[in-house]
Amino acid sequence: MQLTPVQIILTILAVALGAIATRLTPFVLFPDGKRPPEVVTYLGNVLPPVMMGLLVVYCLKSVPILSYPHGLPELISIAFIVVLHLWRKNVLLSIGCGTALYMFLVQAVFVS
Amino acid sequence: MDIARKKKFSQALTAAFPHTLPVLAGFLVLGIAYGMLMLEKGYGPQWSVLMSAVAFCGSMQFVAITLLTTAFHPLEALILSLLVNARHLFYGLSMLEKYKGFGKAKAFLIYTLCDETFSIVSSVTPPEGVEAKYFYLSISLLDYLYWVFGTLLGGLLGELMPFDMKGLDFALTALFVVLFLEQIKKKGNWILGLIGVACAMLSRVIFGAENMVLPALAIILIALLAGRKKLCS
Repeated sequence: MQLTPVQIILTILAVALGAIATRLTPFVLFPDGKRPPEVVTYLGNVLPPVMMGLLVVYCLKSVPILSYPHGLPELISIAFIVVLHLWRKNVLLSIGCGTALYMFLVQAVFVS
Repeated sequence: MDIARKKKFSQALTAAFPHTLPVLAGFLVLGIAYGMLMLEKGYGPQWSVLMSAVAFCGSMQFVAITLLTTAFHPLEALILSLLVNARHLFYGLSMLEKYKGFGKAKAFLIYTLCDETFSIVSSVTPPEGVEAKYFYLSISLLDYLYWVFGTLLGGLLGELMPFDMKGLDFALTALFVVLFLEQIKKKGNWILGLIGVACAMLSRVIFGAENMVLPALAIILIALLAGRKKLCS
C-alpha cells in the first residue's frame, strides 16, 4: 500500500462520484414531471435489447480465440444455454445448467 | 416502517429473490475475487468493502486497483470512472419510465443501478399483487448486498476458499445470454439485439478488449438514431 488513508478515501470518492454522475444524469435531465423529448423515449424503449447484446459481447471480450482452448468452453456453453432455453424456457434452469457445464469444461475438459 | 409496508416489502423480497440468484452466484465469485486482489495489493477488507459499498461499480473497481497501487491521482480516477461507467447513461434512459414516481426510493434505485440490475428490471415484470416499487427495490438491494458481501468474504478469507470456483463467474455471462434471448423474443426486437451484438463486436475488433465500451456506445447511438424511422415501427 502506497497511499495514505486520506488519499485512499479521496480516490474511492472520486471513483464513486464518476459512477454516481453516470447513473444520475438521465434522471436529472429528465425529471418525473417533465416529459422527455421523443428521441429520449425512443432510446429508452429500444436500448434494453441492444444493451443486452453489448453485455454478452462485453463478457466475452477477453476470451482467447487464437490460442488454446480457442473460446470453445464459452461457445459450447452458450450454444447449450440457447438450446436449453428455447426448449424449456426456464431462466434459472438455463443459467444454472449453463454455468455448471462451463465449470465442468474449464475444470475438467479444457485443462491448460 | 409500519407493518403494512413491512409486509409489502417482504412479499416483494420473496418474489424478487429467485430472479437475483444468478447475480448471487456471479457477484459472490467476482466480489471474492475483488476482495482477494485488493488484499494482495495490501488493501484489507476495510478498504475493499468501503470501495464496494460506496462506489459499487464492478469493472471500474478492478480498474481502480491500478490507481490505488500507483500514485495519488483523484482527477484521473474520476475521469476513468466516468468513461468506464458511461454505459449507465443508457440504462438510466431505459429506466426513466419504470422508476417514475417512486419518491425517496428512487435515490437508492439510481445509486445502485448496475448492469445486472438493469438486465433483470428491464426483462422482468413484477408478479401480480406485488408492488413494483418494492419489487425493483428488492432486486437492487439484493444485488448490492451480494456484491458487498462477496467483497467482504474475499477480503477476509483470502486464498482459503473451500472449493474450486473456477468458472462460476460465468453465471453472469449466462444471465446476460438468457436475458438477451428473453429480450429478442419480443416482437421486432431481434434486430435491436443484433445491432447491439454487431456494434459491440465491431468495437471489440477495432479498439481491442480494454477500450471497447465507449466506442461501442457511440456506434450504437449512431445506429439507433440513423435507423430511428425503421426501428420505431
